[in-house]
Amino acid sequence: MKKKVLGSWFLVLGLAGGLSCGKGLSQGNVLDKEAAQKVYVAPGQKDAFYWFMSGGFSGQVAVYGIPSGRLLKEIPVFSQFPQNGYGYSDETKNMLMTSHGFIAWDDSHHPEVSLTKGVQDGRWLFINGNNTPRIARIDLSTFETVEIIETPNSAGNHASPAITENSEYLMAATRFSLPVPQRDIPVESAADGKFNGTISMVKVDPASGRMRVAVQVVVPGFNYDISHCGKGPSKDWCFFTMYNTEQSYQMGEIEASKNDKDYLLAFNWAKAEQCVNDGKTKVVSAIHYDNYLPESKPAVAEKRTEVKMMSPKDCAGMMYYLPTPKSPHGSDVDPSGEYIVGGGKLATVLPVHSFKKLAQAIQDKSNVLQEVGGIPVLKYESTLAGEVQKPCLGPLHTEFDGDGYAYTSCFISSEVIKWKLGEWEVVDRVPAYYSIGHLSIAGGDSAKPFKKYLIALNKITKDRYLPTGPEVSQSAQLYDISGSKMKLLLDFPTVGEPHYAQGVPASLLMEKSVKIYRLDKNEHPYVAKNESEARVVRDGNQVHVNMTAIRSHFKPDIVEAKVGDTVYFHVTNLEQDYDIDHGFAVEGMSMPNVLLMPGETKTVRYEARAAGVYPFYCTDFCSALHQEMQQYLRVTP
Amino acid sequence: MQILLQRNRYLVFAIALALIALYFVPLWTIRLVAPQYPEGMGMYLWAGRITGHGLFDLQNINLLNHYVGMAPIIEESIPEFAYMPYVLGYMIAGALVTCVYPRKFMVYLGLLNLTAVGLAGFYDFWRWEYNYGHHLNPDAPISIPGMVYQPPLIGSKQLLNITASSWPHIGGIILFAVGILLVYVLVTEYVRKIA
Repeated sequence: MKKKVLGSWFLVLGLAGGLSCGKGLSQGNVLDKEAAQKVYVAPGQKDAFYWFMSGGFSGQVAVYGIPSGRLLKEIPVFSQFPQNGYGYSDETKNMLMTSHGFIAWDDSHHPEVSLTKGVQDGRWLFINGNNTPRIARIDLSTFETVEIIETPNSAGNHASPAITENSEYLMAATRFSLPVPQRDIPVESAADGKFNGTISMVKVDPASGRMRVAVQVVVPGFNYDISHCGKGPSKDWCFFTMYNTEQSYQMGEIEASKNDKDYLLAFNWAKAEQCVNDGKTKVVSAIHYDNYLPESKPAVAEKRTEVKMMSPKDCAGMMYYLPTPKSPHGSDVDPSGEYIVGGGKLATVLPVHSFKKLAQAIQDKSNVLQEVGGIPVLKYESTLAGEVQKPCLGPLHTEFDGDGYAYTSCFISSEVIKWKLGEWEVVDRVPAYYSIGHLSIAGGDSAKPFKKYLIALNKITKDRYLPTGPEVSQSAQLYDISGSKMKLLLDFPTVGEPHYAQGVPASLLMEKSVKIYRLDKNEHPYVAKNESEARVVRDGNQVHVNMTAIRSHFKPDIVEAKVGDTVYFHVTNLEQDYDIDHGFAVEGMSMPNVLLMPGETKTVRYEARAAGVYPFYCTDFCSALHQEMQQYLRVTP
Repeated sequence: MQILLQRNRYLVFAIALALIALYFVPLWTIRLVAPQYPEGMGMYLWAGRITGHGLFDLQNINLLNHYVGMAPIIEESIPEFAYMPYVLGYMIAGALVTCVYPRKFMVYLGLLNLTAVGLAGFYDFWRWEYNYGHHLNPDAPISIPGMVYQPPLIGSKQLLNITASSWPHIGGIILFAVGILLVYVLVTEYVRKIA
């Protein structure tokens, strides 16, 4: 019997794409008048929610208005952004410094909004960089990346960043195990347990938001996948799923899928904090960068040289492994903090752990099956609240509506299921187009979800939109979940590959959105706050131009340099009017243009290679005389 | 000479207080709305200064005005702002003196002063508006033959893409009310006399 199930399982895996494609063709046209009315945001009207979607391989964050699905902004985070010069200009390139040097790209996955008492407070958005392990902080009053911190002793910062109930800490864990500390050893020794993972606790300063790596716990070298922290009764805990407890190092698709059950790690971070305070850590040398944007100044890259580290053995009772079928992905805590849902990616059931039962189980030693790397493994049944039987194929990720229901994305059967907590019964299912990864409900991972919309973030697009050659955008679907049945409202393409998203009520952010930067507070070392301060200063073969931009001219009028000079155009936008931006570019410059918001100073570098006269001009249409906003740089031999 | 009713004396005292309030509220407001300025912008005229509705509105209005060659609106270039507070102080002093020396002719004098200041103020305001609107920099990028940019003294007017509206603000309304109160005082004193 089991063999037969497995057989059909692989058949399904193999045909997943094709099957769901056919399904979509026959069921695609579900839009009706009512759905159209629900997503219609009339011209001049505003959306009810901001939706922050990670960019995946774009390395950025895209902001959409929901329910219209309109793209509002792309926030550059981990990748250079020629559109506004982020990561190129002297003011922003420090944001991308790492222990590997300057890194121009990353893979951004899981956005998290800062919380107070488990509820979104709208101060910051955090997001992980998976490839070169980092966490970024975006200020939600300016929608700008203001800090990026590197997590050392990590590879594949995937289970990150999970945020605690009052934004005390962000959790970051290794997806790829690695030698800790990093060194050259045979890859095959991974199988002997010579590779490790780390769970990093990143402290967030409650006033400034500044981050620092508080401690790293060295754990067995499994592949930590996703994490979420508890709330209410479970607020002191965070939960991490993992795959590859087999510790394979090649052909993971087979070798890492052998065990019937992997683990869900229950981590008592409050206890860990106590152990850190009790001095149970050791200081280890570990170079990592903390880059931040001081208010009204260029970004600063600060190098840190050490971290505190700890092993589970140093702090008994801090960590437990809960067996969970099979290669689980999602680790999702319901709004009450009682249920922890493990998305059993390859499982035929959806397992749900109970926090109450976990708290009891750890009191009784007879529940401990064995210890792995100093972490007790508890009996599956001792923490199990229930299993949703035959939920769907490939259950990945679950969010909640605060009304007793959970919603799980199913990658292989390409659908969203709705099921009742406590009864573990599926009550509704709708198709997703196609192969849904994560799903997202506004506040759906917090203590206060909004039972209004659910967004499916899909991996396969195929025929959903007009074809655009082999490479097509990813797709998202918007469902109305306010009623007893889920209802598809809208289908829209997305930027990059959103892995996860955070929906935030518009009212939480729109009033405090900054309109201009104050020129009188600009502390850039090369600012010119009015035209009388505009000047050219030569320093060897560096020419610094403190330049002003205002409708519709630059000062100084003409700039002169010599062949071999590097000319730094430090351009200050003198405007103090909302949405009167300027841009700056010089013919033949090797970096992209910079955009200057009102009151802002940004720098363009220009290498004077050949004698001649080169125009520079405003690249952001600013006024009726924008086209006339053009002047000359003269380069003499 | 007729001594004022006690009640009218109190009213004159109230007028003194109302005039003191004029140091703290704008007299007049000009609001500009354009297709690309749906939120609008504008300026307040006070007894002794000029300010924007928003922190940077004056700067932004001047930036727009430079396209058609209007002179920048700068407080220092308008000498009236320097002595207006003293004129106001003179009227307040007059009202207070009337409180302690409550004679009917003092009220006449007050009304006369107010009317004179009001008319002179309106003329001056109109003159500034006229000069701003007519004396344009010949090098201005936008030059439309025959077009002038004089804002209305009171009411709304379309100036190219901008709808300019000029209306009394709290201070202006207080001034009108003070005038009406003075007339009321004189009328009641007159009625008492003939009764």
